[in-house]
Amino acid sequence: MRHTLSLLVENRFGVLARIAGLFSARGYNIASLAVSETLDPTISYMTIVVEAKDEKVLEQIKKQLNKLIDVITVTDFTKKEHLNRELILAKVNYSPKDKAKLESIFNKYVGKLVYHKEDTAIVEAVGDDNQIKSLLEELGKFGIKELVRSGKLAIGY
Amino acid sequence: MTGAQILLECLKREGVEVIFGYPGGAVLPIFDKLYDFPIRFILTRHEQAAAHAADGYARATGKVGVCMSTSGPGATNLTTGIATAYMDSIPLVAISGQVKTFLIGNDAFQEADVTGITRPITKHNFLVKDVKELARIVREAFYIASTGRPGPVLIDIPSDIQIAETEFVWPQEVKLRSYNPTYSGHPGQIKKAAKTIAEAKRPILYVGGGVIASGAHNELRELAEKINTPVTWTLMGIGTFPATHQLSLGMLGMHGTAYANHAIMESDLIIAIGARFDDRVTGRIDAFAPYAKVIHIDIDPSSISKNIRVHIPIVGDAKNVITQLLKEIKKVPDTKEWLKTIENWKKKYPLQYKGSTKLKPQYVIEQLYELTKAEAIIATEVGQNQMWAAQWYKYDKPRTFISSGGLGTMGFGFPAAIGAKVGCPQKLVFDVAGDGSIQMNIQELATCTANKIPVKILILNNGYLGMVRQWQELFYKRRYSYVAITGPDFVKLAESYGAVGMLVTKKEQVRPALEKAIEIDNTVIIDFHIEEEENVFPMVPAGEAINKIIGGLA
Repeated sequence: MRHTLSLLVENRFGVLARIAGLFSARGYNIASLAVSETLDPTISYMTIVVEAKDEKVLEQIKKQLNKLIDVITVTDFTKKEHLNRELILAKVNYSPKDKAKLESIFNKYVGKLVYHKEDTAIVEAVGDDNQIKSLLEELGKFGIKELVRSGKLAIGY
Repeated sequence: MTGAQILLECLKREGVEVIFGYPGGAVLPIFDKLYDFPIRFILTRHEQAAAHAADGYARATGKVGVCMSTSGPGATNLTTGIATAYMDSIPLVAISGQVKTFLIGNDAFQEADVTGITRPITKHNFLVKDVKELARIVREAFYIASTGRPGPVLIDIPSDIQIAETEFVWPQEVKLRSYNPTYSGHPGQIKKAAKTIAEAKRPILYVGGGVIASGAHNELRELAEKINTPVTWTLMGIGTFPATHQLSLGMLGMHGTAYANHAIMESDLIIAIGARFDDRVTGRIDAFAPYAKVIHIDIDPSSISKNIRVHIPIVGDAKNVITQLLKEIKKVPDTKEWLKTIENWKKKYPLQYKGSTKLKPQYVIEQLYELTKAEAIIATEVGQNQMWAAQWYKYDKPRTFISSGGLGTMGFGFPAAIGAKVGCPQKLVFDVAGDGSIQMNIQELATCTANKIPVKILILNNGYLGMVRQWQELFYKRRYSYVAITGPDFVKLAESYGAVGMLVTKKEQVRPALEKAIEIDNTVIIDFHIEEEENVFPMVPAGEAINKIIGGLA
């Protein structure tokens, strides 16, 4: 099962390597990872989506992360109300007669058709897990040529 | 001050009295300042030995051990020693030189990404990029190494940082917002534990290296006696509780006593303190201690519920938590029946070995005990020698058994013994070795004789890599694949280094040889030619339940 964690870490070189190294050394899986500086430039914020087969593994992941000297806090959003968003960029098949149809998708989803040329269009969209999932199904009907995802961002309420 | 001066000044203020190490190009500025600096430096013959010696020093004294090397190969040679310390939670500060900051990443001469290499085997590490940060980093390194669950910390110092100048500012205190170990147990958990202990019928104390790190041996004894509960320990827990005590069960696990293993399997309450339910202890995990509730006291939250399910976790320092428990326990469990059962197991399955016309390794260790009575420090290599030293010497005090438990590093014992002797010069220090392990760091004989560090090396020489041979005998149909090993004439070898060598082939020579070795104020090797195919028993095959014991007379 997938779980979303957020970390506050010291903004120092090597921190990402420590975290990535911990996951690989202990055999944990990262589904996505997003990192950036916070308002305080000495601290970075990480949103990590981890794959854990049970509660015990999830507990270990959190404890091992906490054990790293550069990790300040670990928040588990599994049972916590939070807002999550992911940005996607997708290249889809395009023909002029599909334009209206493609654009109408974004009546339901946050995003837009950004660019189109010949047989290709690029769309951008933002949404939570479910929205992105169903949006991708919609876009799939056109045929997705390439997909880039930012990885999930999460923030507690 | 220059970076080199700042480093040494910081080490002095941290109370460092000795550094084990080896010079090289990237640490020349430090060695230039060391030349007339009031800290003892011991030049080992290999950087690996420097790390093990610093580790042995730390294990014997409880202080932080310090080792130093140059960049590249010097630092990579330290890594086995660092990993050894990491697995056994030993406070160590390793200092490595690095190529100049502007050369980092350029594949410069003797460059290696040492912070990268040591990341998974250190508690934390630092690459110093600015001389202004050096004092703070050294201070933090010692703080991190010695607090919480101790461990090795590496400081990588580029050579241009060593000559860069800045004002020396000693940070009065260390504050790390991201690192705050928990020392006291949660009062609610302590209450729960006290209540559970009172209700237990077959409790057992299972203790490990954390009790030694915390200095909690006296409190442990008080607790065991108060609740009248038998005590078993891990390899790392040897010396936490007197082996001669009536409540002692000895070591448990793969080569533990049969009665310790039966006791933990039949127990209804395990009180684990500073131990981590390692696979060598639990055997088959789903068959481990099926009737037991578990109270787990550990300073490292990640050790709790890692391998087995814990009912009452208590995060905290062993000494504090035991003290809290002692105050909280009003009612003690009735363990009379349980202790009777255990006495029967002790009678039925004693630790023993078969006599023979050939020299028995167990006999050598027994005689060593008879002569030194738990007053000596015993370091070991890894393998059969280690298990015999663990089983047949009756340790009564913490920090007297020095062995690579977690990593199982052959070649550890001899340099660790050197470190222990440097830290405790008034104590007799032995390295119980095999003829395989001792050859892994035999070059350190020169370190001993050059620095007058008189450790006594007892080689239990069977011409085999004995533990591997034992497994091949028992589980691979005696197909002895590359386990027969030759060595030098150890007597001549000792003499060529300026040490003393003795050969012992008969039982009656054992005691006089040991007596002589103790008397001689020099490094001594005794080469004991023991029964070649002697096995370590009892034994639980890997992956079996811990009460599925094979071999021995039990």
